[in-house]
Amino acid sequence: MIRSEILRNIAPILRDELVVCNIGLPSQEMHLIDDQPTNFYMLGTMGLSSSIGLGVALAQDKTVISIDGDGSVLTNFGTLPTIANNVANNYILLIIDNGSYGSTGDQPTYAGQKTSLTAVARACGCESVIECKAEDTGKVLQAAIDSKKMTIIVAKCESGNIKVPVITKDPVVIRERFMQAVKS
Amino acid sequence: MTISEKIVADLVANNVQFVTTVPCKQLAGVIDAVDKSPDIYHIPSNKEDEGMGLCAGAYMGGKRPAIIMQNTAIGVTINTLVTLTQYYRMPLPMLISYRGELREPVACQVEMAVHTKALLNQLNIPTYHFHKESDVDEFDEILKYTFMCNKPVAILTDASFWGGYGE
Repeated sequence: MIRSEILRNIAPILRDELVVCNIGLPSQEMHLIDDQPTNFYMLGTMGLSSSIGLGVALAQDKTVISIDGDGSVLTNFGTLPTIANNVANNYILLIIDNGSYGSTGDQPTYAGQKTSLTAVARACGCESVIECKAEDTGKVLQAAIDSKKMTIIVAKCESGNIKVPVITKDPVVIRERFMQAVKS
Repeated sequence: MTISEKIVADLVANNVQFVTTVPCKQLAGVIDAVDKSPDIYHIPSNKEDEGMGLCAGAYMGGKRPAIIMQNTAIGVTINTLVTLTQYYRMPLPMLISYRGELREPVACQVEMAVHTKALLNQLNIPTYHFHKESDVDEFDEILKYTFMCNKPVAILTDASFWGGYGE
């Protein structure tokens, strides 16, 4: 199972929540699969999906899910201690870990080799960290939402991409639409 | 009222409730004042681009953010400033210690100081330079300006402004 299949599976769960989508293919795939005003698409700035999502979660009460990748978490490793030490129980970080930099040509990441992001997240002090198989992502995600406890999910999947168009929406439109959804 | 207390009072008066910081010796007093303020959620960042991500999220979640950092951070955050804060048109007051100016004891800090204003200028970031203590009087207006125009705005604060580099 590859990332786009996970996203397709969990789209009905994500639909009702605020979602921050990682740069590149994850955003493009979510945009293609189920574009919602509650989705914030990152058009640039690799690594910051988890930080943006945590900021949204700390600023208001609705559930926020950051969809991140292993490569992007490695890029912004400092995010995990910040998350651990600023608990927002309406926040879920979903790391889709395919062991590769998918958007740039599937170069291998260290997360696919010796480094376990699950172990790192725990070592950073994150209290609820769940590693799951790709097929179980929906079940684990729904349980995390229902638990109302800040959760880090590491969903292990295969690398691979589908062909998706780039997002041509204006960034200010994406941002304004998302902010209205936050308020509604 | 100390400079740090005045800065925090202005942040609170302008409804800035979410402040991220990356420390600098020159900023120790204001970071301490932010941390003590009951009206501000203080979230220390490990790196300044991470902090700008947090601020972008907080803004979209409905809270006015600010970042406090050193001028060396300009070298770290150009991509984030351009592709996140500016591209999505978000306000961000950046209270920056302007290291490498007069009274600086650490030579290496000068290497970034000589690029600081040029980089901010290249990025079309409105920039204010606090050199004398009384310059802090403009901070309130700078905050209003930032949230009026939805841009990142830099406030460079040098050692003279802070009353020296702790000599």
